Amino acid sequence: MKNKTLLIRILISLLGIALIASCGSQGSNNGALGGDAAAQVYVAPGEQDEFYAFISGGFSGQLTVHGLPSCRLLKTIPVFSVDGEKGYGFNEETKPLLNTSHGFIPWDDSHHPELSQTNGETDGRWVFINGNNTPRVARVDLSLFETVEIIELPNSGGNHSSPFTTMNTEYVVAGTRFGVPVPQKDQSIKNYASKFKGALSFIKVDPESGEMSLAFQVLMPAFDYDLAHAGKGKSHGWMFFSSYNTEESHTLLEVNASQNDKDFIAAVNWKKAEEFLAQGKAHKMPARYAHNLFDEKTQTATSTIMTEVNVLLPEECPGLVYFMPTPKSPHGVDVNPTGEYIVGSGKLSANLTAHSFTNMLDAIENEKFDGDAYGIPILNFDDTVAGVVESGGLGPLHTEFDDRGNAYTSFFITSEVVKWEVGTWEVLDRAPSYYSIGHLMVPGGDSQKPEGKYLVAMNKITKDRFLPTGPEVAQSAQLYDISGDKMKLLYDFPTMGEPHYAQGISAGRIIPNSKKIFRLEDNEHPHAIKNEAESKVVRNGNTVRVYMTSIRSHFAPDNIEGIRVGDEVYFHITNLEQDYDVPHGFSVMGAQNAELLIMPGQTETLLWKPLYEGVYPFYCTDFCSALHQEMQGYVRVSPKGSNTPITWNVGG
Amino acid sequence: MKRILILIPIIIGLVINSCSSNDTKASDATTYSKGQSLVNDEVSQQNILQIAIGSSDHSTLVTAVQAADLEDVLANAGPLTVFAPNNAAFEKLPEGVVADLLKPENKAKLAHIITYHAAPGKYTGNMIKGVMGIGQATGDKVNVEIVDGETLVNGAKILGTVEASNGVVHVIDSVLLPPEK
Repeated sequence: MKNKTLLIRILISLLGIALIASCGSQGSNNGALGGDAAAQVYVAPGEQDEFYAFISGGFSGQLTVHGLPSCRLLKTIPVFSVDGEKGYGFNEETKPLLNTSHGFIPWDDSHHPELSQTNGETDGRWVFINGNNTPRVARVDLSLFETVEIIELPNSGGNHSSPFTTMNTEYVVAGTRFGVPVPQKDQSIKNYASKFKGALSFIKVDPESGEMSLAFQVLMPAFDYDLAHAGKGKSHGWMFFSSYNTEESHTLLEVNASQNDKDFIAAVNWKKAEEFLAQGKAHKMPARYAHNLFDEKTQTATSTIMTEVNVLLPEECPGLVYFMPTPKSPHGVDVNPTGEYIVGSGKLSANLTAHSFTNMLDAIENEKFDGDAYGIPILNFDDTVAGVVESGGLGPLHTEFDDRGNAYTSFFITSEVVKWEVGTWEVLDRAPSYYSIGHLMVPGGDSQKPEGKYLVAMNKITKDRFLPTGPEVAQSAQLYDISGDKMKLLYDFPTMGEPHYAQGISAGRIIPNSKKIFRLEDNEHPHAIKNEAESKVVRNGNTVRVYMTSIRSHFAPDNIEGIRVGDEVYFHITNLEQDYDVPHGFSVMGAQNAELLIMPGQTETLLWKPLYEGVYPFYCTDFCSALHQEMQGYVRVSPKGSNTPITWNVGG
Repeated sequence: MKRILILIPIIIGLVINSCSSNDTKASDATTYSKGQSLVNDEVSQQNILQIAIGSSDHSTLVTAVQAADLEDVLANAGPLTVFAPNNAAFEKLPEGVVADLLKPENKAKLAHIITYHAAPGKYTGNMIKGVMGIGQATGDKVNVEIVDGETLVNGAKILGTVEASNGVVHVIDSVLLPPEK
């Protein structure tokens, strides 16, 4: 009997262990994910992802490239911040990219990636991204996955409403978040409403080269322009900007910019703007802004300071701008794939407002205005509105679309994604996000051809989603399967900086254009050498130029003498390799900048200013070969004024 | 002994059963409801939800928040200003009203009423005294007035104020009823 009791006890405890063991692992991932979710994000070793996702790096200033559905990080593209890993902003070739009217700026806050489009579809040629702090727009070339151009915006402060593109990438736009005096000058902040302005910039994009130029600015009242999206299809030719702080407050906006029941979506007719420009209506205003362009042939960026900008004043250009009242500080302004509906997400309200483009045109044609603001006609809310989504959520921020007539809106306060039907405005489904979602992304979800298979939620709060890493934790993103009626959470993944927005595109639209090497014969870098025999060291006063090559597994030259304290030594290194994925790195002891990371066929330059006499090693930093560890050299530094002759050699 | 051995397959059956029911849940992401309110954190300043739960004077409000599934909202980053009716405030409502609102079929109505007690933004001290009205999360406005030195919100008196990590809680003596739509 005693034995029996003992056995029962043992069995009961075994049952307990069995329950814990069999269910415990699910408990640790919160019991949510079945095996099928895991299979959906599993990309087997050697297999590749279906989509590229370009996710903004927020306050890192960079842009990250992930594969979907695995969510694997494929690359970090430095854009607005220096990056020691790649020598970006440290080597002589890329420094000019970070030049501005305020001088060299090593950091910015990158917000919204936007892919170039052709006929309303993402074309995989370029991705644009805005720098918020010192207002700029960058262009990343998707054959290189490198930043090749940055243009600064004058008359702006906080380039947030940017860089959304038109259907054929005729323009990318840049609306200022902060009103500023135009032109900038010493001015009392108390005069905000009367003296400050908000510029909406239209940057023309060359259809062949992609080169950007600031075509014109529309000088608006000093509201805070938040986000934008272009019309498409029937609304092609218009650009829509959301705004808040129509109160024009300049202090404690937390309270003071939340007083009006409605703010405005500004509808700008950019085709009309082109007519006004042709008619000579633009004011040529003095301005100072940098235009920085990387030349793939010389592999060198140049920076040009521009001195003038075309400015259109709405009060002088009837038909250029209209205001559509939209409840409660709208954040996202998102246009559905047909171009008929312009959806405003009033972030201080519960509901979404869908304006009809047809209604808007009708109201304009019949001049059904409800007064004006600074000479800009205000349309009647009731005339333009087509539907209101009674969401049941709080804090709507941003909406994207699928290819089945549905829309997906992020809600910050209720921390969820709400799926609703365009046209009926019915809520179809809702899924929680972890935690506090900001933007979301469906590949092609802001174009005319969404690919509604996955949705990425980009969250602002992480707390306990990952293993703790001290007070600072990476911001989280989540992948959902949206191919069925119900959204299904698949995966959590950490991101870089703060993921404000993202773009996604089928991998097949990018893969064929992605380059493997730079061709040595096309290298027109002024300090390139094409073979080892040309390597040399040349002194000109205190400037010493080292013309060096790298190939597995040595530098030429690898012994250099005759450098003196006080010299400025430029290492111009050409990577002679013509083989995919064989970069060479270069670093030299005491360098006060970074390494070089030189792609096959490329030339890059590191400036080195030795402070003390001695003999200093340099070496290859990127494991290149079986004899990578042998890939090294020495540079001898003699005292200032010494007469050690310049000599160089390899293997001699 | 034999009878005990017979138990073994039953136990195994139980184990399998308990896990397969777990799996059913697992395949449906919408049942995955662990939100921000369940983050385990004993160190940080208390958020609005934790303050409400910790106040014995607000047990009715907490019950209502839970019934309306709004715990995560009150644990979110905010900032929110929450007007928190105490238990006495709920008792001032006609008999049966609270019990009725707590019924599952009235969840949306209850959520709307609670949401009417929250405003995006942190309205404290002079800031709340200086505004005529506050836009609530429902999209409606509440009126703020100062009468005999007391701050009244739609007539409800602010009895006390507690700072939270994600906003501020003003304890009020009446339930705010949103305007009929």
